[in-house]
Amino acid sequence: MSQTTEYTPKTDVGRIANFVNQRTGAAAAVKEFGRKIFPDHWSFMFGEVALYSFIILLLSGTFLTFFFDPSMAETHYDGSYVPLRGIEMSVAYSSSLDISFDVRGGLFMRQVHHWAALLFVAGMSVHMLRVFFTGAFRRPRELNWVVGGVLLILGMAAGFTGYSLPDDLLSGNGLRIIDGVIKAIPVVGTYISFFLFGGEFPGTAIIGRLYVLHILLVPAIILLMVVLHLMMVVIHKHTQYPGPGRTEDNVVGFPVGPVYAAKAGGFFFVVFGAIAAIAALFQINPIWNYGPYDPSPVSAGTQPDWYIGWVDGALRLMPGVLGDFSFERNVAFPWGHNTFVFNVLLPALGPALFLLGLLFAWPWIERWITKDNREHHILDRPRNAPFRTAVGAAGVVFYCTMWAAASSDLIATHFHVSLNDVTYWLRTIFIIGPFIAFWITRRLCLSLQRKDRETVLHGREAGVIMMSPEGGYSEKHEQLNEYKRWRLVSFDTPQYIPAQPDEDGKITKKEKRRAKWSKFFLEDRVAPVTPAELAAAHDHHEVEGGDHKSLGH
Amino acid sequence: MGDERHGDPKHSGAVDPVGQGDVNQFTNPGLPPHPPRITDTNPQAEKRAERQVMVLFIISVIGTVLFFFGYFGVGHTGIEIGTKLRLQNTLIGLGTAFAMLGIGLGIIHWAKALMPDHETAESRHEIAPESQRAEAQEIIEQVLEESGMKRRKVLRNTLLGAAAIAPLPAIFMFRDLDRSQLGAHAMVDRLRHTMWSEGVRLVRDPSGLPIKASDVQLGSAFHVIPEGLNELHEGKLNEKAKAVVLLMRLPKDKMTVSPGRETWNVDGIVAYSKICTHVGCPVALYEQQTHHLLCPCHQSTFDLTQECKVIFGPAGHALPQLPIKMDDEGYLVAQSDFQEPVGPSYWERG
Repeated sequence: MSQTTEYTPKTDVGRIANFVNQRTGAAAAVKEFGRKIFPDHWSFMFGEVALYSFIILLLSGTFLTFFFDPSMAETHYDGSYVPLRGIEMSVAYSSSLDISFDVRGGLFMRQVHHWAALLFVAGMSVHMLRVFFTGAFRRPRELNWVVGGVLLILGMAAGFTGYSLPDDLLSGNGLRIIDGVIKAIPVVGTYISFFLFGGEFPGTAIIGRLYVLHILLVPAIILLMVVLHLMMVVIHKHTQYPGPGRTEDNVVGFPVGPVYAAKAGGFFFVVFGAIAAIAALFQINPIWNYGPYDPSPVSAGTQPDWYIGWVDGALRLMPGVLGDFSFERNVAFPWGHNTFVFNVLLPALGPALFLLGLLFAWPWIERWITKDNREHHILDRPRNAPFRTAVGAAGVVFYCTMWAAASSDLIATHFHVSLNDVTYWLRTIFIIGPFIAFWITRRLCLSLQRKDRETVLHGREAGVIMMSPEGGYSEKHEQLNEYKRWRLVSFDTPQYIPAQPDEDGKITKKEKRRAKWSKFFLEDRVAPVTPAELAAAHDHHEVEGGDHKSLGH
Repeated sequence: MGDERHGDPKHSGAVDPVGQGDVNQFTNPGLPPHPPRITDTNPQAEKRAERQVMVLFIISVIGTVLFFFGYFGVGHTGIEIGTKLRLQNTLIGLGTAFAMLGIGLGIIHWAKALMPDHETAESRHEIAPESQRAEAQEIIEQVLEESGMKRRKVLRNTLLGAAAIAPLPAIFMFRDLDRSQLGAHAMVDRLRHTMWSEGVRLVRDPSGLPIKASDVQLGSAFHVIPEGLNELHEGKLNEKAKAVVLLMRLPKDKMTVSPGRETWNVDGIVAYSKICTHVGCPVALYEQQTHHLLCPCHQSTFDLTQECKVIFGPAGHALPQLPIKMDDEGYLVAQSDFQEPVGPSYWERG
């Protein structure tokens, strides 16, 4: 290596950078990421909220592990909280009380951890809704959508395992419900329950086992998935909303260094600050009010954490007995009688499997129906994919009905209505609500698309009323400039594709089914305005100035 | 999949991007002109933005100070938890919040007002160029070929067989998660037995005081445990989770008693398992007027006058009844254990 070719840095920063680069080759990473472009939009920040909440969970959770003792050994409380002094309880509950009362800032950290957990799942959920409604899951991002779905499930698992740790009355009842659901699983359920609890419920093993899952296994897998998720974002580059200058071949936005890094980095502190403010001002899970776990008492009006609500609500919606028909079926087998606990199995697994199955499979379902296998880097405005938006809205209503059902008792007491009526209504909405939501949403989307067409063709309402020489009034319309117009016309909406013959010239049954779905989803379609239509509309205005011809389709 | 692939200088043809420049479409007008911000044109505004960012950072410093004021100023709360803990939590929390928000909002304001706000375009690259795919396929084929996987079928198949059963020990290791050392049948049989047996007194939960039949008035409900439960040293909660009982008196004319259960009550006093047959919450609410029992978790409702039959909600079968009688001293005792398993249903319940 000759001295003449070696680069000699002149500044301090340069010298340090050169030292690091010569030993790690980090210059390549700087070259890749230093000025990488990220598009900017408020709706891209939900995923960031989830990521930052996760970091805050790791930080606050690590602090809590230093004080928490996941033991179910019996002890008598002797801490600062007088009402519980001398009461028999588990060491886990006692140490949770100590964190709250005898570790300065411990209560704050507990509240930060719990609020951040709620925000973590909320951030992921809203992020997934954004991805779904804008079509960001389409090729090449299908796998990242699946990773995101796995993350959502892991987030709920992390939440549930953590919720049970303090071993207070409320979380103990939550575990009891889980035990009941597990026991309903045919053939192996009873054994899974015994293995999980180390014998009969509640036993003395479950808290320690959940603790290992909660602080090691689940967060490790989440971390792995987050890394995968972000790596794929780098590989794919971020999607962007349609707009002037944005194409399928470019990314328009701010460079990572300095603008995007500053904004995203600053946003971490904002999320942290917001969670800290909530934890400072709003009490969550006051475990000292509930007392230690005891299988006998329970308080009315208890609620699960919000992200478990939909499963709990499904359990509530299911009728166990209809007239004389019980959904608990005893079936005679050659070796004896066994029980199918459909009244627990169906609601616990059915909606979850249906919803999550549909969620994971949707990118492929949509590709199959639309026959659209192209790469998409420009997002759809939700109105421009009426069928997808309608399916999403149906899913949201389906989910939210179950979610509301988890609070059926509070709805009843709060609004002074019969609990039974609330349940009957929610059962009805559970079944027909998604269909109504589908239909209304699709009509709304199509109407919004027509409105967009009208705005492009005839301009926007200027708010200026003009009087013609004949005395008629009309509102002045202002033509859009080309940038604004581009936002409204630059979309691509899939069309109904009738059944196509395959290579042998035959139309398969599967293809016929596809065509049916395609017709159902895509037949009602509003096409973007073409330049020719715009030109025609302008001529039309000049000649007559009124009397619109019908548009669309 | 089997489509013909068209290559051009920009694309190898493996991927079909969404069409652009269609004659039926408008042409992309390109990035709109960039209006300068006020901080770009007005040095005073720039100075002001700089001051604002600085103030935000100073707010963060004040927040950190506030944290320490809460931490050391309030100190250990001791037993004065009421107001002191609340104050400390609020000060520590708001201190942290200001410390974080000051930094965060300051940086964002800095980025938005003072760093360049020109949006720029970067071109995307093909994720999987066709040439790479072909090369990778060649490598995989070569690896497979050199390993002999395809030629040495016997080796491959025995390896697959070995690998298929090798994880089984790892799964069976989990068998002793239940450390009762019971056989499979005995394990499940535990669910059929509780602490109740002939002559075990019904005592109040949690005091352990026995109950005389004359104590049980119309409209009152007793939360009951078996005598001796409180004195257990091992597995107390396990036993309690199965044995808790609700005790109530019903007017005799309101009771329907099925054949075989005529002697299970003491003059209208009945005892039922408190563990919901749905998923096991305690059925804690007794409605005196209608004689309904309601589970607060999922609202299963049981009708006491019909031997706790399910009349609403997700539970699948009635609450099990505990046969009771009166002993010589007038205290209520159990005649036997429950005649069926208590709590949620399970596969082997039958």
